[in-house]
Amino acid sequence: MSEVLNLLLVIFLLLNFWMLGTSRLRAVIHCAGAQGMLLGAAYLAMHGASGLRAIALGLAIASIKGVLIPRILIGALRSQPIRREVEPFVSFTVSLLLGALATGLAVLFARTLPLIEADAGALLVPTSLATVLTGFIVLTTRRKALTQVVGYLTLENGIFIFGLTLIEAMPFLVEAGILLDVLVAVFVMGVVVEHIVREFSSLGGDELTELRE
Amino acid sequence: MSPLLFAVAVPLAFALTALAIPSERVRPWLLPVAAVIQIPLLALLVSSHGSPAAPGDDWVGLDPLGTLLLAYLTVFFLCCACYAPAYLRLRAERPNRIFCTMLLVFFAMMNLFGLSQHVGLMWVAIEATTLSTGPLLYFNHNPRSIEATWKYLLIGSVGIALALLGSFFLGYSALHAGLETSLVLSDITAHAVDLSRPWLRAAVVLLLVGYGTKMGLAPMHTWKPDAYGEAPGLVGAILAGGVTSCAFIGVLRFYSIAVAAGDAGFARELMLAFGLLSMAVGGVFMVRQRDYKRMLAYSSVEHMGILMLGASVGGAGLFGSLLHMLNNGFTKGVLFLSAANIHRHFGSRSIEHVQGALRVLPASATLFLLGFFAVTGAPPFGPFLSEFTILRAAVGDGRIAVAGAFLALLLLVFIGMGATVLAVVQGEPAPEREPAPARERFSQVAPIIALLALVLLLGVWIPERLESALWSAARFIEGTR
Repeated sequence: MSEVLNLLLVIFLLLNFWMLGTSRLRAVIHCAGAQGMLLGAAYLAMHGASGLRAIALGLAIASIKGVLIPRILIGALRSQPIRREVEPFVSFTVSLLLGALATGLAVLFARTLPLIEADAGALLVPTSLATVLTGFIVLTTRRKALTQVVGYLTLENGIFIFGLTLIEAMPFLVEAGILLDVLVAVFVMGVVVEHIVREFSSLGGDELTELRE
Repeated sequence: MSPLLFAVAVPLAFALTALAIPSERVRPWLLPVAAVIQIPLLALLVSSHGSPAAPGDDWVGLDPLGTLLLAYLTVFFLCCACYAPAYLRLRAERPNRIFCTMLLVFFAMMNLFGLSQHVGLMWVAIEATTLSTGPLLYFNHNPRSIEATWKYLLIGSVGIALALLGSFFLGYSALHAGLETSLVLSDITAHAVDLSRPWLRAAVVLLLVGYGTKMGLAPMHTWKPDAYGEAPGLVGAILAGGVTSCAFIGVLRFYSIAVAAGDAGFARELMLAFGLLSMAVGGVFMVRQRDYKRMLAYSSVEHMGILMLGASVGGAGLFGSLLHMLNNGFTKGVLFLSAANIHRHFGSRSIEHVQGALRVLPASATLFLLGFFAVTGAPPFGPFLSEFTILRAAVGDGRIAVAGAFLALLLLVFIGMGATVLAVVQGEPAPEREPAPARERFSQVAPIIALLALVLLLGVWIPERLESALWSAARFIEGTR
């Protein structure tokens, strides 16, 4: 079981790097979507045997984070067809180096953390921390509003991985509520991105500099 | 299902009604009606729930903190809701369907937050308040308001995502200690001593940063001036009085876990640092501030700092801090709503264009001026009493340096804010403005007078029931119940 889980998590980590290295906005969105799918699969791999409730939630995670949210974002992307590039503030090489640094730090840091026996060998905690940091890198180094939404989503994905260790403590409704909040957040942000496009006629972020001290 | 959830379901039902009603004129009246109905509903729930000091072990319940928050929110929302129909009639050119619906959803989610006894449910509720206020901020549909909405949504969501990570860390600290993992607050508090200390500390830091972002503590306050500056005054009022109070109650709930774990000193130092930094940042940016709505935002940053500072003093300081939460909320209501009246008449937020408001809008400008005296801690208004309580607690605790810094920063704020406020209300209106006093409708001024009356009341006489509720909330946090 834990080999399957670790394999999923390794793919998860690789997707982090792909996200940092690609210049195409569509690919960045698909990376975050694929991570959502993997999250659902990891959930099923860990808890699928424990009953119908767990299966339902795993499928919900995969379909919301893996299908629905990427669709919303691709829809927002279509609203502005001119430049579908990521346009980072730093070069892709630097982004990748930052990502590698973050992953290394996450692995080192997770080793110093006091983990319970079952998690000590697994990649769960380092992957979670590395993904959270990747989300931050995307949030802070990318110019476009839509890419920042993907950064937020990646951050959430990383936090969800950590949440996999705590399924017993989460009532079904609360977990569904968290998932719903994330979905609505991305939906609202997607709408705002479309409005930014209309007002500033580009995918925003850069033009949002009117309000300052 | 717990009957307590009626406090959430009823406003949500009103939100659905608001969505369905076709008339733009009738719809805003749902807001005051929903707020009025909440009063007997809440009274019934609180009285039927027995002694509020015994929270249930379910994921919704009424602890003393939640009871205090819900009662405050109902009164505060009622005052704001009574202002809404007059405001929306003046803004008849904009459709208000989304506005009314989201305001009611927002009210429901704040109530859900007050009732939450599960860390995950608290997160769901607080994130939902962020999402429901996003469309409210964007009510004016111009480029500046969309920029403010974007910053608010993104910074708020990222901040609160860190709080989710912190909540998970909290759960892991129980898992690591070999306890049965539960994210119900009373369970965590009961086993707090046994929690794994490194995970608990990491959790406290993340939760403070996350909920602190929603409070608008410095240095996570950067969304605040933009959001409060661009939002309609009504939305500014409910953000500054509602969301921030919810987030503060959230911070206190996690602080009480740290206290129960015997690790209060660590959390207190963090809170004191955030408190002093927020007061300093608020004060410095208020000096020479030319935009009176942004000034109010920095005033909010400053007062969040006061709340944190008071809580970090503990004991009577915590009592003062909880009292200040109410005072700050009501005073912010006065300031934002009267500033909204001034803004609407002059069409500008800059003191270069807005002068002599007392001549043109005597009622609103007087309320704005009185609100300024109240918020800077002048007697006999409520904030004076709560700030004095915090100060006395700090001195009584022997923390002279903290008390000194507190006083110095309050003085800085008084001077900085005073210059801007006096520039707005005094002097002669610019000649191109109409010299005759504009018509101020009763419905635009009465809710502000009600809020100011509350601020004044809390300054001269605190009802016995409120005082005992505040004390039981303070004792609940510090575990000396």
